[in-house]
Amino acid sequence: MSNISKVFKDSLASGRVVLIGYLTAGDPSLEQTRIYAEALVEGGVDVLELGVPFSDPVADGVTIQASAQRALAAGTKLLDVLRLSSTIKKSLKTPIVILSYLNPIYRMGFRKFFEEAGSSGVDGVVVPDLPVEESTEFREEARRAGVDTILLASPTTSEDRLDLILRASQGFVYLVSLLGVTGVRRELSPEALRILERVRARRERPYVAVGFGVSSPDHVKALVKGGAEGVIVGSALVKIVEENLDNPSKCLEQLRSFAARLKEATKF
Amino acid sequence: MAGGYHLPDSRGRFGAYGGRYVPETLMEPLIELEEAYKRLRDERSFREELDVLLRDYAGRPTPLYYAERLTKELGGAKIYLKREDLAFTGAHKINNALGQALLAKRMGKTRLVAETGAGQHGVATATVAARMGFRCTVYMGAEDMARQAVNVYRMRLLGAEVKRVDSGSKTLKDAINEALRDWATNVRDTHYLLGSAVGPHPYPMIVRDFQSVIGREIRAQILEREGRLPDLVVACVGGGSNAIGTFYPFIEDRDVKLVGVEAGGEGLETGRHAASLVGGSPGILHGMYSYVMQDEYGQIRTTHSVSAGLDYPGVGPEHAFLKEMGRAEYVAVGDRAALEAFLTLTRLEGIMPALEPAHAIAYIMDVAPTMRRDDIIVLTLSGRGDKDLDIVSRSLGGLF
Repeated sequence: MSNISKVFKDSLASGRVVLIGYLTAGDPSLEQTRIYAEALVEGGVDVLELGVPFSDPVADGVTIQASAQRALAAGTKLLDVLRLSSTIKKSLKTPIVILSYLNPIYRMGFRKFFEEAGSSGVDGVVVPDLPVEESTEFREEARRAGVDTILLASPTTSEDRLDLILRASQGFVYLVSLLGVTGVRRELSPEALRILERVRARRERPYVAVGFGVSSPDHVKALVKGGAEGVIVGSALVKIVEENLDNPSKCLEQLRSFAARLKEATKF
Repeated sequence: MAGGYHLPDSRGRFGAYGGRYVPETLMEPLIELEEAYKRLRDERSFREELDVLLRDYAGRPTPLYYAERLTKELGGAKIYLKREDLAFTGAHKINNALGQALLAKRMGKTRLVAETGAGQHGVATATVAARMGFRCTVYMGAEDMARQAVNVYRMRLLGAEVKRVDSGSKTLKDAINEALRDWATNVRDTHYLLGSAVGPHPYPMIVRDFQSVIGREIRAQILEREGRLPDLVVACVGGGSNAIGTFYPFIEDRDVKLVGVEAGGEGLETGRHAASLVGGSPGILHGMYSYVMQDEYGQIRTTHSVSAGLDYPGVGPEHAFLKEMGRAEYVAVGDRAALEAFLTLTRLEGIMPALEPAHAIAYIMDVAPTMRRDDIIVLTLSGRGDKDLDIVSRSLGGLF
């Protein structure tokens, strides 16, 4: 059982769903990301998701787009993000998932990327522009390195393709809660509970976590009630970073306390 | 290509190139689009409806014009221009816009989104949206809106909403990102009317097929005029829609040389260009595996061209394949040569080309003199130059 699956198993056994927190690595610097990541874990985040900045993030809304731009302006490279993972892993056991668009990984080479990722303690990889049909070689290299390939499913995914995705996804399956891109939303999309129900109805499936637009403790509570086993919060955290670029200590405190409020909502 | 050329394959690949690298939300809509297209393309009523629109609305067939004075001036091969500048709305873009809009209508969609660079595809989409009663949103980079202001106004007059894109390089690449985001958000009632032969499968195939009317007409027209096929067929390449539409009907005619002309900008050595095939490398952008302009870490680079329509860091996957097979050749022509060619064609033939095909004109000004007088060149003049007059007047430094 992978580290990620184990975190799901243990957390669910103790009456909580898994809290996954996203930060764009290198926004505003790699060192700050390390400090912020530790604050999230102190606040209760169970799995860290570190984003690799990309010039053309088509699945992301304005908050993460701007964050990626800041990280790129700071000179953040894919290899830097892997090194950051390795540094974080020296003090924390928290599983780390890397989120990257495909081209930076393709450019490095799948094999080299997974060798580096594996030796950096990376537990899983999410690639928002890699659908299951194009993922065979990628997953093969991931498996060799002992890294989970986490696939996405969305409200538009058909039953046939959902089968394929659930069979291939490792660690957990990442459910996109809405039609559209990442970003803070006031309301939880009604699509979220429908797709969750569809996946929960399957007998054989990986753990299921829901992301995109998950922005508040209330959203988390609704998803817990709807049967989610994990929740992924991204833009709401990145927004805290964005709003406190000139005040790192305040940022750290806000990240920690927001993570704690989210954690509170993960009980079932 | 013995046995005939039948690409893309069932996975949307042209050899290694193409495919479908998109967020999961767009996968089913792409499959649905592919299935609808495959069902309708051979359906008689669909073909007839499109043919009538192409003829009576878009003004097809466009003429194949013998450029006598340009030919004499260059002193080599006979030069024919395929006059896509005379198609309705001023460029070849209308061919694809009509085809896809009909497809969208049959699929029950009520809204179109599109990206635009120079504004020609945006205008074509806004036009067919008005004609067929779709709501329409066009994404356009802030930089392009400034340099193609007249087209922005045309789109708004036609009833389209033009949305300004301020992210990234503020040009065509970013407009495509924004259109993809819009489509993912509104996928149930919206068709993404992609304007070039780029993007995830089935777009490169659909756009090629709808633009192939250019090459089919050339073939019939040149056979009628000259009794034989041309020796050289030339078109400009940004994303590559007019070029693939021109080349496709000639792919199996191995004696017809095919040349695509990319934007060399300020020179390949400066890095300020948009020549993905000549100066880029394989990578993944906008849902396709093709040649892209990228840095050593896989970040997409900012491009430059005097022509907004060529200012794009990727290229259609079928061009990547034709390059790799050696079936087509790709070259780059810079801003300056394109501007000079613009002026040459204007003065010799009274035809003001768009700056995009002016790149192709510049190329044949080099090669025509080296060819024999009974050789034949056909060049696709993909659009007219009215939209570019501001840029031309600024670039020529108040010469006129």
